[in-house]
Amino acid sequence: MTADRAPDLECRALTKRFDTMTAVRSVDFSVPAGSFFSILGPSGCGKTTIMRMIAGFLEPTSGDILIKGRSMLGVPPNRRPVNMVFQHLALFPMMNVAENIGYGLRRQGVAKAEITRRTGEVLERIQLPDIGTRKVSELSGGQRQRVAIARCMVLEPDVLLLDEPLGALDLKLREKMKIELKALQAEFDTTFVYITHDQGEALVMSDSVAVMNAGAFEQVGAARDLYYNPATAFVAGFVGEANRWTGRVTAARGSEAEVRTDAGLTLHARGTGLSQGDKVEIFVRPEAITLAHSVHAVEGDANQIAVQVTALLFNGANSRVLVRDPVSGAEIDVALPQSAAFADLDKGAQVHVGWGRDQSLCFAGTRA
Amino acid sequence: MTPKSYLTCTVALLVLAAPAHADTLRLLTWGGYAPDAVIEKFEEATGHTVEVTLSNNEEMVAKLRATGGGGFDLAQPSQDRIAGPQAEFGIYKPIDMSKIDTAQITPSMLEATKANTTVDGDVYGVPHVWGTSGLIVNAAEAGSVADYTDLCNEDLMGKVTYRLKRPTLIGFAFAMGLDPFAAYGDTAAYQDILDQVEAKLVECKPVVKAYWSGGDELINLMRSGETVAAMAWDTGGWKLNTDNPDINFVAPASGALGWVDTFVLPAQGRADDAAYDWINFVMQPEIAAMITEEAGNFTASQGADEFVNDALKAQYQTSFPPEAVDNIRWYPPVPAEIERIEGETLDRVQAAS
Amino acid sequence: MTRRLGFFLLLAPLVLWLGLLIIIPHIDMALVSLRARTGPGEYAPSLQNYGDFFTQPLYLMTFARTAIMSVLATLITLIIGFPISYYIAKIARGRSQASLFLLCLIPFWVSELVRTFGWIILLRETGVISNMLQWAGLADQPVEMLYNDAAMMLGLVYTSMLFMVVPLTTTLESLDDAVIEAGYDLGGNGFSVLREIVIPHAMPGIVSGCIVVFMLSLGNYLTPTMLGGKDSLWFTQLIYSQFIVRFNWELGAAFGFCLLGASSLIVWGMLRLSGQTLERTMGEGA
Repeated sequence: MTADRAPDLECRALTKRFDTMTAVRSVDFSVPAGSFFSILGPSGCGKTTIMRMIAGFLEPTSGDILIKGRSMLGVPPNRRPVNMVFQHLALFPMMNVAENIGYGLRRQGVAKAEITRRTGEVLERIQLPDIGTRKVSELSGGQRQRVAIARCMVLEPDVLLLDEPLGALDLKLREKMKIELKALQAEFDTTFVYITHDQGEALVMSDSVAVMNAGAFEQVGAARDLYYNPATAFVAGFVGEANRWTGRVTAARGSEAEVRTDAGLTLHARGTGLSQGDKVEIFVRPEAITLAHSVHAVEGDANQIAVQVTALLFNGANSRVLVRDPVSGAEIDVALPQSAAFADLDKGAQVHVGWGRDQSLCFAGTRA
Repeated sequence: MTPKSYLTCTVALLVLAAPAHADTLRLLTWGGYAPDAVIEKFEEATGHTVEVTLSNNEEMVAKLRATGGGGFDLAQPSQDRIAGPQAEFGIYKPIDMSKIDTAQITPSMLEATKANTTVDGDVYGVPHVWGTSGLIVNAAEAGSVADYTDLCNEDLMGKVTYRLKRPTLIGFAFAMGLDPFAAYGDTAAYQDILDQVEAKLVECKPVVKAYWSGGDELINLMRSGETVAAMAWDTGGWKLNTDNPDINFVAPASGALGWVDTFVLPAQGRADDAAYDWINFVMQPEIAAMITEEAGNFTASQGADEFVNDALKAQYQTSFPPEAVDNIRWYPPVPAEIERIEGETLDRVQAAS
Repeated sequence: MTRRLGFFLLLAPLVLWLGLLIIIPHIDMALVSLRARTGPGEYAPSLQNYGDFFTQPLYLMTFARTAIMSVLATLITLIIGFPISYYIAKIARGRSQASLFLLCLIPFWVSELVRTFGWIILLRETGVISNMLQWAGLADQPVEMLYNDAAMMLGLVYTSMLFMVVPLTTTLESLDDAVIEAGYDLGGNGFSVLREIVIPHAMPGIVSGCIVVFMLSLGNYLTPTMLGGKDSLWFTQLIYSQFIVRFNWELGAAFGFCLLGASSLIVWGMLRLSGQTLERTMGEGA
């Protein structure tokens, strides 16, 4: 394998143990050149530890990190071809914008005129050409974000690490910056590795997302894969919204299973390798459920339930209906179709819900 | 309320709050001059209470000057520090000799002190404790030291200590065959003496380990053996002699310098009666002996020597054979101008290297 | 009206404090310094005292020596105090951080006199260190470490350390760890991160610590007197001896004002040199 064709970043059996706990256990992944890779997981799952190992602030207990095919073990942070955008950006408050951006170049011993030229260039690319002499404290949140990225990108790193940089921004700006970050990545054509606990950020921007839980990767794939074909119960629960039930298999035939939930609801699901009596978890996405006034509309579905509306949660296009199965008492979260038929739906109304066998994602239960 | 009246009220309150008991005696004195046992007896006998503040000559005068002679009812500066400051700052008030039981006081000492502390016909001081300064010598290591100038002997390199104060200037002057006391009235002549002493002290400096500034420091230096010869008070030498028989006070060949600590009444003292009571009380021979045992020095109380223990008497007699007593040079009152030029000399010695 | 009264009542302690304890004595001192003795108990207005200060080489030399030694003591305190503060602020965590801070504070629970005596016991010829050196065979005779400028410097630095460590630790704690990491991440090494990031950030703390330590050293009386050698003359000793020993309040007061003026000048110079303002350093430092 030549260096050119090697992935920009590759981790092999990467493991980090602190005194008593294992923060990262044997993680393998590789990030192809020029792609946007995210690590998504709840706080404390070990994603920051991976990031800090790549940046060089932590040494792995075992395993290897390769950048463009070269092992980074024992290379100090200031010698690695990776740069990092910190959670709170960590711009240098004692320097102005141009000095911030020029800092890394000065460290490399680049000539003064060259520093000025390249700083100006990168400011053009982030579309803030005239802020070089401004103080950091005078910038808006979005401007700081771009300056922090520019400060790294001016060094032309092989990999740019981003540690939840949008966390501190307000909602509107965060939405805007998601799009902007993606555009900047395309503009610089550099590999981005992005860690976040916010699935929205990961799903929107990434070419590929790794879902991480308790120190290990659960699944790596494109956003769409994670959403529609989650490999584990954790991914199904963590990525996107879902109704979740636990129960036992009452009958299993091939890839089809009949499950009775703990609440007493009987569901039909698809799942391989299940046998009668197994504990399982079932996930059903709200938008996969059909809502109907008459039972005929859901006739074809494997799961059909007559329910009563208990609450309407209006949120524009993301509005929801909470319905209750009168037999088991189970509550089901259903997406509200944006059609005139349900415009006058009220609390207490009798409706029917239904969904296909394939929409019931069934996983052998470990946590039931 | 205007700020001005506010201030007036505050000041008035502060004045009212100050204690106004006439029978509290505020005594400004030296360590050892007012032992607790004596205070107890005094309070029992007279009903007065005594508050003691410890100090030294310079601080006594400075404190009284700062308050214009207030804050204390009785003070005990040395007799040479009375006439000068009184003429300059007016910080004392005359003593009413009729209230003093003069029969208790050694007549020669009383007369000498009266003569030295008279300003414009009024007497300001009554003698109390007297002593000398001279040499403390560790005979085993520096037996050759017999006079102040021997402290410059190069054999004693780094083993000598003395104070950088006026007794040192005067002691060295006498040891060099000069008579500073005679030149007190003639500033130019005195300056000439000081210049010679300054040259000697600067020449001496390499031999000195440190200039001591407190009695404890001196005792530590001599006791530890870090220094073997010093210029200091007689009591320090006797104290050291008790621990190490090699060390004792030696009256210098050119004469020990004699001082007398007195009683004076600060100009704004508020308990004169209690002050006179104290003077008459502590001059009783038994009480004076108690003070001698505590302070180490003898008093002007007539007949008190009988009550002093034998060890102290023996140390005294070793240090002062009869001819040495005759040889003691008593400090005359210091004119203010003399002290000023002495100060400049001392600064120059300290700064020289 | 009542609001104004309340305002005055609140302000009263400060005004009394400043007025009674600082301004009035200083005015009195200024007046004393501007007169000269013409005879027993007689004084006339004069600039003679200030003239003495500037014409007597001894006084100027002592002053220069005091100022230079104080600057030196300040620099040494900074050089020793900076790594200590950095360790406390950035490396130590939790309990060890608190106990380290306490360790810096403990010497101040005893009086300055006792602390200085402690150094005398350690450093004197028959002292602890000298005996240990002889016992270990490193010296064949008693070693005198007291009564010289080095001992005095040691005492000054020791006395001042806390006043350097506190403002430094406070400013260093306010430096985000990520900023230091970013410094390394973008190619900096230990030295350049220190020079370009840590020190510029800590500058207000450094300056306020230096001002306090310099003032403390300049105004120290006990340490130079007790630990300094027979040649050591400290300006405060001159002032003390003018007031207490010589009864020459006029010259002492003039010395006091010269010290005040010169120290203000040096502090102003320090602020100018470091590009800081008094508001910033004192605001952030304390």
